[in-house]
Formats: sequence, C-alpha cells, structure tokens
Amino acid sequence: MTIIGRRGLLGAAALGAALPARAQAPVDFAGRTIEFVIPFAEAGGSDVWARFLAPFLSRHLPGRPTVIIRNVPGGGSITGANDWAARARPDGSSIFGSSASTQLPFLLGDRRVRYDFAKWTPLIVSPTGGVVYVSSRTGISRTDQVAQLRGKELVFPSQGATGLDIVPILALHMLGLNVRYVFGMRGRGDARLALERGDASIDHQTTPAWLTQVVPMVQSGAAVPLFSYGVQDDDGKIVRDPSFPEIPTFEEVYKAMHGRDPAGQEYEAYLACSVAAFAGQKPAVLPKETPAPIIAAFRKAFQDAVADPELIARRGDILGDYRQAVGPAADRLYATATTIAPEAREWVRTFLTQNHNARF
Amino acid sequence: MMDVILGALFELLTPERMMFMMLGVSVGLVIGVLPGLGGIAGLSLLLPFIYGMDPTSALAMLIGLVAVIPTSDTFSSILMGIPGSSASQATVLDGFPLAQKGEGARALSAAFFASMIGGFFGAIVLTASVLAARPIILLFGSAELFMLTLFGLSTVAALSGGNLAKGVASACLGLAFGMIGAAPATGEYRMDFDTLYLSDGVPLVIVGLGIFALPELFNLLRGGGAIAQHNPMGTGWIQGVKDVLKNPWLVLRCSGIGALIGAIPGIGGSVVDWIAYSHAMQTTKDTSQFGKGEIRGVIAPESANNATQGGALLPTLLFGIPGSGSMAIFLAGMILIGLQPGPAMADRNLDVTYTIIWSLAIANFVGTLLCIALAPGIAKLTTIRYALIAPFMIMVISFAAFQATRSVYDLMALFAVGILGLFLRRFGWSRPAFLIGFVLSLGAERYLYQAVQFSGWEFVTRPVALVILALTALSLWAGLRRSQSNVNTEGAADESRATSMLPQVAFTGLLLVFFGWVILEGLKNSYLAALMPVVVGSLGAAAVLLVLVFQARGATTAGTTNFDQEASATDNGPWPFVGWALGFLALTLLVGFFAALAMFFVAFLRVVARCGWVQTLLLTAAACGFLLILASSLNLIFPGGLLQEHYDLPWPLR
Repeated sequence: MTIIGRRGLLGAAALGAALPARAQAPVDFAGRTIEFVIPFAEAGGSDVWARFLAPFLSRHLPGRPTVIIRNVPGGGSITGANDWAARARPDGSSIFGSSASTQLPFLLGDRRVRYDFAKWTPLIVSPTGGVVYVSSRTGISRTDQVAQLRGKELVFPSQGATGLDIVPILALHMLGLNVRYVFGMRGRGDARLALERGDASIDHQTTPAWLTQVVPMVQSGAAVPLFSYGVQDDDGKIVRDPSFPEIPTFEEVYKAMHGRDPAGQEYEAYLACSVAAFAGQKPAVLPKETPAPIIAAFRKAFQDAVADPELIARRGDILGDYRQAVGPAADRLYATATTIAPEAREWVRTFLTQNHNARF
Repeated sequence: MMDVILGALFELLTPERMMFMMLGVSVGLVIGVLPGLGGIAGLSLLLPFIYGMDPTSALAMLIGLVAVIPTSDTFSSILMGIPGSSASQATVLDGFPLAQKGEGARALSAAFFASMIGGFFGAIVLTASVLAARPIILLFGSAELFMLTLFGLSTVAALSGGNLAKGVASACLGLAFGMIGAAPATGEYRMDFDTLYLSDGVPLVIVGLGIFALPELFNLLRGGGAIAQHNPMGTGWIQGVKDVLKNPWLVLRCSGIGALIGAIPGIGGSVVDWIAYSHAMQTTKDTSQFGKGEIRGVIAPESANNATQGGALLPTLLFGIPGSGSMAIFLAGMILIGLQPGPAMADRNLDVTYTIIWSLAIANFVGTLLCIALAPGIAKLTTIRYALIAPFMIMVISFAAFQATRSVYDLMALFAVGILGLFLRRFGWSRPAFLIGFVLSLGAERYLYQAVQFSGWEFVTRPVALVILALTALSLWAGLRRSQSNVNTEGAADESRATSMLPQVAFTGLLLVFFGWVILEGLKNSYLAALMPVVVGSLGAAAVLLVLVFQARGATTAGTTNFDQEASATDNGPWPFVGWALGFLALTLLVGFFAALAMFFVAFLRVVARCGWVQTLLLTAAACGFLLILASSLNLIFPGGLLQEHYDLPWPLR
C-alpha cells in the first residue's frame, strides 16, 4: 500500500512537471499491452461489453496497442474494484470497467468498499435502460391504468434489496404501490420466468432482455409495461429511453399519480441509484493521477471508437440504441452515477434496514 | 421442418467450419483431460477469439468444446482417481478401482461409449423438444425446484457408505459448508468471518478438488509405486462396449435423467452424475461390487453427464438463462457474435438452433473417436512412478482451483478442504454425501423460502411437486433397502476396523463442536436466514451424537461406526505429503505462485522422487512452460505473495 502511495505521488509530480513545459513527447502505446480490468468472471454483461469495445479501443489509441480483458471476479465486483484501486499504475497500462454492482455498494456506503470513484476519471460511460412491467393477470392491460394497481398486492421476485433491484424498490415505494418482495432470485431471467409462470406479478428487466424476452409477452397481451428509468439528456434531465420511446419514465408516472414532480431525499436517493444502475451503469475509468496527455489520449480514443462506423454497425444489443457518453457528457453522467448527498444516503440506508433487513 | 434441419447440417459441413469445430474439440479434449478444468476454463480460453468470427464457425467451435469435455474428463477420473471436471465425480467411485485392478481399458471404453450415446440422446431431446420445451420449463417453479433438491438429497441414503448416521451427518456437513456466504432470503452473510472471499461462498470446483482429488493424491504418494500395478489397460476394449450394450435401459434412463435435470434451470449439472450413480445402485440387484469396480457405476454417470449438455442448452437458448457455468460463457459468446437468445431461437432463428444441435451430435461422435485413439497413450501415465506425476497434479489442481476467483485464498481454501477430505476418507464419512449436501444447500433453502412466499405451504400439493415427492420417497426406499448391504463409498470396511478408537472419537467430537458452532452462527441472523443453519446444525449434531454414542461403546460394539483406514497403517500416514503441500502454500504466500511452483518442483523431484538434476530441471521447465502458455492465453496474473506486495515484478512473477 505504501508503495502505491509513492507511485501516485510520482505520477502527480510527473504531471505537474510535464504540463507547464509542454515538452512531453506525444503519447504512443505502440507495442504495449493495455489491460481492461473487469471485476467479474467471463460471461455476463460487463465482460461482453469490454470484449466488444476492446478491439475498437485498440484501433483508435495511438500506436495501436494490444488491449486484453482481465477478469478479476469475486465479492459481486467489490474484490476486483478494491484490488484495482490499490494496485493500478497511473500510466495508462490498465483501465477499469465499473458497473452498477460496483457503484451501488459505494453509494450505499458498504463497509467492504475500499475504492473511491472521486479518485478516478471517466473515459466513456455506456448507458442501458430498464422497464418495470406487470403481468396482465393483475387486471390491467394498458400502461395508463397504473393507478388501478393501488391497494392490490403485487409480488416482485428480487435478487436482493441492495443490488440493482433497489431502483424499482424505491420507485414503487414512492408510487405508493403495495409490493411484496420475494428475495433470493438467482438472476433477472429467473425472475422473468416466475412472472411468466404466474408466481410473481411485477418485475423489471434491462433493455436487451426487455426487447428480446418481454416484448413478445407484451405483444401477446401477457405483460404490460409501467414505466422506464429513462436516460439523462445534455442538461442532466431524465427523458424517455430511446429504445422504447412509447414507455413513460418513472417521473412522468409519478406526476400522473401524485400530481407533482418527485422531490426530496427519497427522490435524490432514487435518482443516484437509478443512474448508477442504468443510465450511467458502465463507465471505463483511469486513476485521476494519470498524466493528463495519457488521459486525453484515452478519452479521444473512446470518442473516435464510438463514432467508428464498424462499431455502429455491430453494436446490436451490446450497446443498444444508446448514445455512448464520451467527453464532457461522460463526466456529467459519471458524476450523477457516483455521488449521493449524505442525507439521501442516510435515508436510503435506514429505509433498507427497516424494510428489508439490510445490514451495512 | 426437415429442410431446416438438413439445411443447418449442410451449412455446417464446410471445411472451414468443420476445422473450427475440430479446434474446439481439441481444446476441449486437452482441458477435459486436465483434472479440475472443465467447460468454464475451456470456453474462457476461446472467448477472446470469438469476436468477428463467422457465427456458424464460432458456434461450432464453442459447442465442439462443450460437447467433448464430459467425455474426455473421464480419463483422469478413471486413470488417476481425480475428477476430470465436476461432471464426472461419480465416475471415480468405480472407474478408478477398475483401473487399479487392471481393467482400465474396459472402464474407459464403457465410459466413452456410454458418453457418446448420452450425447446423441441429448441432441435428440433438443431436436424434439426445442419447439415444445417452453411450457415444460415453465412447469418447474420454486415449489418443483425445491422438491427436486429434496430428490437430490434423497440419494444420500444410497451413498452414505456403510453407516446411515454417518451419511446423514456428512450430508449435513456439506449443507453447512454450502451455507457459507449470503443467505438467499435476506442477503445476510453467514459464517464468512467477515471476509470478502467467503461472502461468495466456497467455490464448487475447490470443494470438488479438495474433497476428492487431494486425499487421493496424498494416499497414492504413500504407496510409492505407480497407480496400476499390473498392465494398466488390459484388453477389455470390446468388453466395455459389450457392458454398455448389456445395460441399454440403464443408459437410456440415465441419459433421460441427465437431459431433464440439465434442462431445468436452477439445479445445475453438478449433481447429475451422483443422481445417476445412485440410480444405478438402486436398480442393481447385487450391490456388493459398487465402490470396488462395478461397471454399471461407470456407465450411469457417463451417459448422464453428456446428455446434460443437450438439456442445458434448452433454457440457455429459449430463455437466455444459463443452466450451468459453462452455459453462461456460451451465452456470452452468442451475444458477442450478435445472437440474442430468446423465443426467436425456436422460431425465426431455428436454423441457428439446429446448427448448434448438429454441432453437438457431430462433436460428440468425433470426440469419442479421438478419446479412444488417445487412450492407450494417456493410459501409459498410470505406469509411471506416482512421485513423478504428483507435482504435475498439484500444479494442475491448484491452477484449476485458483481459476475460481483468481486469488491466493483459493489455494488456502483448497488445502483446507483437502485436509477435511483426508479425514472424511480416513474415518469413512461419505464424501459423495458431503458433496451432494454442499451443491444442493443454497438451492434447497432458496426454493423452500420462495415456494412458501409465492404459494404458501400449499406448494406441496402442486401436481408436479407431488410427482417429484413420490419419486423422492421411492428413491429413499430403494436407497435405505440397500444401505444395509455394506456399500462402501470410502473403501473396504473389513480392513478398517480399528482397535484404538481414540482418533475416530476425536474427529467425531470435532464434528459435534462444528455443528454447535453452525447453530450459534445461524442464530446471529434474522429468522429467515437463521432457520436453515439451525435445522441443519441440529440434524447434523443429532446424527453425530448417535455415531459418538456407538463409538464410545468400544471398538467391537461400535459396529459400522468403527471405520479407520489407518487402523493397520505402519507408515507416517499421508502427513509428510500434506506437509509438502502446505509448504508449497506457504512459499506461495511468500514469493507468489509461479516462483513457489518452480521451487516446489525442484525440491519435490529431488527429495521425494529422487530424480537426477537433469531430469529435475527438464521436468520443472516443462511444467513452467506449460503453465505459462495456459496462463498467458487466459491473461492471468498468478496469485502474489509478500514479495509481490513490496516489489513490482514483471509477469509471470508479478
């Protein structure tokens, strides 16, 4: 640990010395190997995302270095993030792919977290979306009938209250719906099956699964979308998701039900968690103390990569229809996804402890 | 319909695509032969090359690998007594004794032939049911899955060794180990000592290797000789095929079990071999040969584990829900080549589905042929002095173990579980029962809680649940009926009657303390997370108490509870070799895995195997070279030690 600290200082010193002189040689990674660290095992969303981006990153970095994926699994991504925070050299040889599972424990103040997003700089942020939907067995057949669900007991199959599902938990709480959570689902796929089978009545899915698995159910009249989590526009406002522009955002549904915009600590907490889990769910980062020219080279490479016609042609379900946030847009999204007001954090911790036995 | 099926075949039969399939089959063959490494490691090796490939070639390559692993992993199960992957743990029980008796050829050919039939069966099931499987998979909700875990646990009755109380206690021990980590109902962390590593639970691959492979390895080293004392292979090739043909219904039933369990997401393929094995036991009239070299004990798990792959593809393709760890990586591969699994796989993308099925069938066939062709060569390993093989085995086993989370804790967990396995083996506590308990632990808890939450206690009356319950009762009855007949999963009972009971009683007492601790740890949680540990702890403690009462009554009255393989041992036991393994671990903590391995090799070969310097250095270099190739293609950094914490070294020492 002490060594890292010194390395960090050295990096910062190099940065300070290099900038005013403007004599630094242009950044060139020719012949180098850059590792893209993913805090999960092979397979799964983050791994696929990194494997998809890696060849484009390589192509657009100066000197066309080799980009390899390094999987560091364990602790639901906390292990890999802790490890990278302690070890990464600030020289551009290693970038880190964060995810919702890395950001949420940080926001909630999980005591096992030893990393700090404020010490990292985002290079790209890949959004995704999510939709909360109900089975038509609940008696509604259209999105605008959501008010009829009031008072009915809905059953939500969940993986756990402190993971991705915290977003619908907070949203449904604010809408004032009566939801019973059944925990211990092994994945969103199992949850979807429980709804399809009739065991559960309300669920949420991320964009790729929504499009391929749930849309057929909507078309056959078995499922009804309630709201999406939306995406952030250039002013930081939540707007409808481009993948399903016909589905209203949570904010719209809230206003329709309560007659006012959502606000207060609970909404602040919801917004931080929602952006961390969806609209800003996958940032790639470098340590902040990395020399500025190297950071600039990476940011430029990601900017060029997302404009690459081949990437656009192949993005399919991996990146979806979302605008990949690079440059200032990445900074804005990253900031929303990785910061939470202390009072809002306290509120959500108390909420989870009292309602769902969570311990921090 | 037929035109789609045949179209998919012709699509596949181009030289380029067949070449990629062969590549997948070859990698799968090598990975399967290496103990502990299975589909997950193999597919991870291929994943970086998928991007940009022609989709049909990529699918053929991935499926080629998946299909051959349950066939080729048989080698180390039968010849070395070490499970080649988690799919063929049960094969060890009878396959290894056969090899030691000099009937390796018969066991291998029976296993390969049964595997091939199982593989074809899986492909046929997939073909027939891909259009109709959705409603069947939807039939299995939490209630039915809970009943299935009960069914799996009922096999403990048949696999409990000579003494039922010990079997139940072993299963409870496994259940307790399985509960380490987050509780399914509340997410509370149990028995994790507040560490990040244990919060995920102990990885299955580590438990499998620790409980089966390490004890076998230490005891083989004690013998000093080679594994097979006589001609290792014998001439039973034809006999093995005949054995399979003589048991057609067993093969078909076990293939069916494999395909069905594989197709139901949530149970996992890692118990399929045990369920098939206990099924073989329950349906055989004379069970006296089980555990000593009964060919039906090889045929059953091997026909089941290949059929599992076909079944497991169903939920993967239709719902995007991977039925196993390797299916999860296969799914990632599909997404990378631009295919999103879902209902479209039985509709718009039906041709892709049939390409996958054909790949499965062809790869199973080719894989079997290759395994038969390679068998005589690989079998020669069993004639080599084991002291020369052991360091390679320790290398591969620890490499496989640290694939789990890629940290040094994996190695610590491996050796800790290994020492537990050593005692279980020595004192005759059924290790299969332990493993079944371990694998089904979280499932049982999760699905019971969910079933009650979803439908209340009436869940037991759901029709499918009732059917499984009836099957469970049948399996229990069949298992208990046989348990009197001295089926020993842990070796011959007659030679293991000790006169001094002290070591056994001490270990039994230790288990009692452990169960007490499980109860106390359980009580620290909220009601839902405490229930299962307390129940399992109490049940385990009761069974252990019963054993203790018998054992305390003296060596002769203890009856079947008296079991100590070291009863008539004259050497120092396996402990010197355990010392070597722990020394290797300590060295790893000091200088990192790679450097420690090289030093361990040199020391072990010089001191234990008494090799000359030339041979020592050549073997060490070969081992290091092999490891470097494997690690660099997986982009691995080896676990580091104190040295790495203070100095920034270049790879592979980093």
